[in-house]
Amino acid sequence: MPQFYGTRVESALMLGTAQYPSPSIMADAFRASGAGIATVSLRREGGAGQDFHKLIKGLDIPILPNTAGCHSLREAVTTAQMARELFETPWIKLEIIRDDDTLCPDVVALVEAARVLSDDGFQVFPYCTEDLSVCGRLLDAGCRVLMPWGAPIGSGRGLNNPYGLRSLRAHFPDVPLVVDAGIGLPSHAAQAMELGYDAVLLNTAVARAGDPVAMARAMALAIEAGQLAHAANPIEARDMAAPSTPVFGMASLG
Amino acid sequence: MKITLNGEIRDLTGPSVQDVLAEIGLGAARVATALNGEFLPAAIRPSATLKDGDALEVVAPMQGG
Repeated sequence: MPQFYGTRVESALMLGTAQYPSPSIMADAFRASGAGIATVSLRREGGAGQDFHKLIKGLDIPILPNTAGCHSLREAVTTAQMARELFETPWIKLEIIRDDDTLCPDVVALVEAARVLSDDGFQVFPYCTEDLSVCGRLLDAGCRVLMPWGAPIGSGRGLNNPYGLRSLRAHFPDVPLVVDAGIGLPSHAAQAMELGYDAVLLNTAVARAGDPVAMARAMALAIEAGQLAHAANPIEARDMAAPSTPVFGMASLG
Repeated sequence: MKITLNGEIRDLTGPSVQDVLAEIGLGAARVATALNGEFLPAAIRPSATLKDGDALEVVAPMQGG
């Protein structure tokens, strides 16, 4: 099971808490998935925040607050500071958006904010691209986890750049890596785990499914399958056929 | 005094941030605060005095991905 900043979590599935049809369906989806971490956010208090806090405390798993919606270093740092106090955790999913159509991370501001927050004692989970140099800079800035996107948030497109994700895995074999965002189907989640990723973070694919509880379970099973497959050392793909049934000893019937 | 509270201009008495939270019914709520864009720790709220034109953000746990 993955370990982040010295904390071992119970499952490689990290699940978001947004967009479910109801709070009880959300809670059921978490139970069905056995998710190891729940992601949450901060928003202006309009009355619903207190009940929601009780609900997520009841899940009894580690909470990863995010800085979703932030567009600048300053916003992200202030949000992280508020989250640390509110959720009593040094963990922060650092998300700084550059482009609103793709929700592409602003990787320059991300590296700067990661440094500021790491120096201030935060344990940063950066939502980033799969770019090797950006990821290297994030590690230099103090991050001990990397969370490259699979595809734009909420797009459900799966892994847009499996080569880049595989390359990242190979370059940083000892860094916990999480595919964050873009997962639409259990097969996408399985693929991430087959690449040797430590965990998958998803939300929309479960919350917006026709049956979120069933999809949560399907994701959990796919992640477990991908994990087992990676550990089992899969065969290499090849262009030519190779008979699986022995040819030697075949009866001569021609 | 006029305070921008969560983006909305409000006439509030204060004078401290803690007083304002009590005034809007969040005196005992689990919230975090930022004053003029800077994080304001809970422990400092009783001694943080607001002035006309200040912007106070009051946030709470919310759903997120």
